[in-house]
Amino acid sequence: MNHPVLADHFAPGEAHFDECLAEWPRERRAALAAAATTHDVLAALEKDVLSPKDFMALLSPAAEPFLEQMARRSREITLRFFGRAVNIFSPLYISDICTNHCRYCGFNADNHQKRRHLTVEEAAAEAFALADAGIAHILLLTGDARHIASPEYIAEVAARIKPRFASVGVEVYSLTLEEYRLLLQNGVDSMTMFQETYNRELYEWLHPAGPKHDFLWRLNTPARAARAGLHGVGIGALMGLDEFIHDAFCTGLHAWWLQKHFPGVDVSLSVPRMCPHEGSFEVKHAVNDRQFVQYITALRCFLPRCGITVSSRESAYMRNHIVPIGVTRVSAGVSTAVGGRVVEAENSGQFDISDHRSVPEMVRDLAALGYQAVAKDWEACDF
Amino acid sequence: MQQDKLVIGGVELDSRLFIGTGKYSDDALIPAVCEASASQVITVAMRRVDRGGTGVMGHIPSSMRLLPNTSGARNAEEAVRLARLARAAGCGDWIKIEVISDTRHLLPDGYETAKATEILAKEGFTVLPYINPDLYVARACVNAGAAAVMPLGAPIGTNRGLRTREMIGILIEEIELPIVVDAGIGRPSQACEAMEMGAAACLVNTGIASSDDPVTMAMAFRRAVEAGRAAYLAGAGAVSHGEAVASSPLTGFLR
Repeated sequence: MNHPVLADHFAPGEAHFDECLAEWPRERRAALAAAATTHDVLAALEKDVLSPKDFMALLSPAAEPFLEQMARRSREITLRFFGRAVNIFSPLYISDICTNHCRYCGFNADNHQKRRHLTVEEAAAEAFALADAGIAHILLLTGDARHIASPEYIAEVAARIKPRFASVGVEVYSLTLEEYRLLLQNGVDSMTMFQETYNRELYEWLHPAGPKHDFLWRLNTPARAARAGLHGVGIGALMGLDEFIHDAFCTGLHAWWLQKHFPGVDVSLSVPRMCPHEGSFEVKHAVNDRQFVQYITALRCFLPRCGITVSSRESAYMRNHIVPIGVTRVSAGVSTAVGGRVVEAENSGQFDISDHRSVPEMVRDLAALGYQAVAKDWEACDF
Repeated sequence: MQQDKLVIGGVELDSRLFIGTGKYSDDALIPAVCEASASQVITVAMRRVDRGGTGVMGHIPSSMRLLPNTSGARNAEEAVRLARLARAAGCGDWIKIEVISDTRHLLPDGYETAKATEILAKEGFTVLPYINPDLYVARACVNAGAAAVMPLGAPIGTNRGLRTREMIGILIEEIELPIVVDAGIGRPSQACEAMEMGAAACLVNTGIASSDDPVTMAMAFRRAVEAGRAAYLAGAGAVSHGEAVASSPLTGFLR
């Protein structure tokens, strides 16, 4: 295998999620979902601690008639653990140069659009514009081009902007253990890594070339970041690539596994779903609104203390309605282009967003829902 | 009833209800909650405090005694840092030690908590450690210089009441310091129960902040804590633990 640090990929004695996933092959998942009954669904809704099998019952077709009950349960759990407060954050794209060929992505290396790589000072200027708008938690994003947006570059940007932010997270390509430690030392406290899909065959087809092609390397990345000492690890599948029930289940299972193996790490979930027509890519398994709510409520029941993030891929209408059901974190003031606030952008971004609300608009709308937008929810203790 | 003051670290308090600042739909509710609860002590997570001086701190009435907490700390070292930051930020010398390294259950780490207590007590802090109701951990905190101990009634945020009732009872019996029941109290009746048992005070956040009407709920908790305390001081009558027995079926023959 051609990995930067082979030993890091399979560290001796370390548990890996792929072993857990192997215990839940597709056939087993499908059989469980098909066998789930009304009784299983209602029993799962009565439990305080759900097993993966209970989680599957809530994702199964048998749960579809009980969406309202699931939403009520999800809301009650969310209120107890998170109250009427929602953390707001903003993503900041600092480089869109990418060597990957993800078939569904606007940053695909085959898309011959103008690209932009911000200098450290340009990235800082963009970040500080967000800080001025009231953002305290920021998420830095890059394409996968480590020869340009190197770990050292990301670390330098993080260190430069950290004094203005309570939390700096990254959503970048898979790093090694040492590289995550480098980021940690430079002020990064959390990471997000989307597996995209847990269907290995499909994954390898969707990512035909480039560093991202390696399914296992990516699958074990969140655990690697946790081992490196990052406080927060966020995961998610890009819903719509594979059948709903499989990626929904595997995402929850992954978070559950991470919580069990890294109890000190704050594990969170993102629930991005593709539009039926995502650019020129045909989305074969588009997740409808009812499935989307079923997904969020099932996750909340299975993983009561996990933060759940809903991005600006969703409309303001949808986000306003799902915040009270179980969402704990939303983005605001979003642009998926590199630049655009202070420095000029070269293109329109990675994907089209649906919710264009600014930070003040988001704060206002959350207040109207009876929720407080919390800018600062956490800060590392090493200040 | 004679004056019934709660004394912690040499400070006399009239109210035995401590409140929190998290989970509100709007921090602007906090002054009204303070008033309705009649509380004098309010805890605030240092990790949420904006060092620019805005945010939650701007809503806490100046009459309240601040009890900064170290929520977010995963070990003693981080808790100590947060406590020192709180003091440097002008939040006073009271500190609630909260060390949690398990995000799944949010249970406090007794060993790290006792370590942080020892360091901070030596630095002159009035330390209130949040612990599992474990007699040995409580004793370690006492020996480390704690001013009170704060055992959990149930896992944090669960609103399940006094699931650890027996263990808290042992602490009340054995520990000379005030026992402040923290976490798990979701309803006023549960706070009342803790006070009836002889707890010195209760800290309630979720039960108030996540209710539909936090101000009214704050008032309800105040009354419950006062009622429970009065009942404790009055001395509850004997309570039957079995079924009501009208006659003496076993000894009725003794005529």
